[in-house]
Amino acid sequence: MPPIAPRSGDAIFASTERVNAELFTLTYGAVVRQLLTDLEEVDEVNKQLDQMGYNIGIRLIDEFLAKSNVSRCVDFKETAEVIAKVGLKMFLGVTASVTNWDAEGTTCSLVLEDNPLVDFVELPDTCQGLYYCNILSGVIRGSLEMVSMKTEVTWIRDMLRGDDAFELQVKLLKQVPEVYPYKDDE
Amino acid sequence: MAAVYSLYIINKSGGLIFYKDYGSAGRMDTNDSLRLASLWHSMHAISQQLSPVAGCTGIELLEADTFDLHCFQSLTGTKFFVVCQPGTQHMEILLKHIYELYTDYVLKNPFYEMEMPIRCELFDINLAQAVQKDRVVLLGR
Repeated sequence: MPPIAPRSGDAIFASTERVNAELFTLTYGAVVRQLLTDLEEVDEVNKQLDQMGYNIGIRLIDEFLAKSNVSRCVDFKETAEVIAKVGLKMFLGVTASVTNWDAEGTTCSLVLEDNPLVDFVELPDTCQGLYYCNILSGVIRGSLEMVSMKTEVTWIRDMLRGDDAFELQVKLLKQVPEVYPYKDDE
Repeated sequence: MAAVYSLYIINKSGGLIFYKDYGSAGRMDTNDSLRLASLWHSMHAISQQLSPVAGCTGIELLEADTFDLHCFQSLTGTKFFVVCQPGTQHMEILLKHIYELYTDYVLKNPFYEMEMPIRCELFDINLAQAVQKDRVVLLGR
């Protein structure tokens, strides 16, 4: 009998080593600022942040699985809940709510009321196209890919652009079968 | 002398990325360890297919006259297995602990390339501590 998956990441969050939130926020700010200087184009920065997030995600997923005792999710709905309640709590210290499910149960939104990445950020006019937290979407995409789910993650609402919350849309594109050896007729 | 004979880590495509033996029992040269790793990878996959139990995730324990082999596979497909003295206890806990060490000292090392052989000194040091017999017993409590 596998251990029962925790419904919240509070306990894991409390037991892991943490760094000062300001150090984290300011470091991320410095990274984004440097990318803007280096790449000049806001679109390129968005792309780069997403790629960096992806590279983090493909490694982070193992730490999540190792330390959270979460077992295999039965469906995408459960996956979304686990990301929102356990994953985000464990690594970011916040939780999200899961809403806006479509009829097929393959697209949903993670709504973040609070986001430590943007504590001191005001987006200047020159960076209006910037998805400042694009690294997060990359992390989610990368992590899910390592557990056989191809997803597309996009920002719907962004507080830095005047919205009332952060909303990430997660769309399940396809589930790659992980069974090996593959079926004989394939 | 620790009851653990050797430890293997296999990446999701079946390549051996880490091998360490503890003491003389069951020691293997590089070729044999690579062979055993890919053999185990295939056997593990076949066992999933052959198992009468729905949702089987593969062999977890192989018991032989001279050794036990305990295997743990993470949801991302990386396999960890130890070969140990028959009847050694708490190996599941040890494997779970090794998985945590792997996420901390291998995956978080920015210079480690995913799916490639593990050469991380910090991992070696922490692993050595974890494998020590009294440590295994301690973790079991």
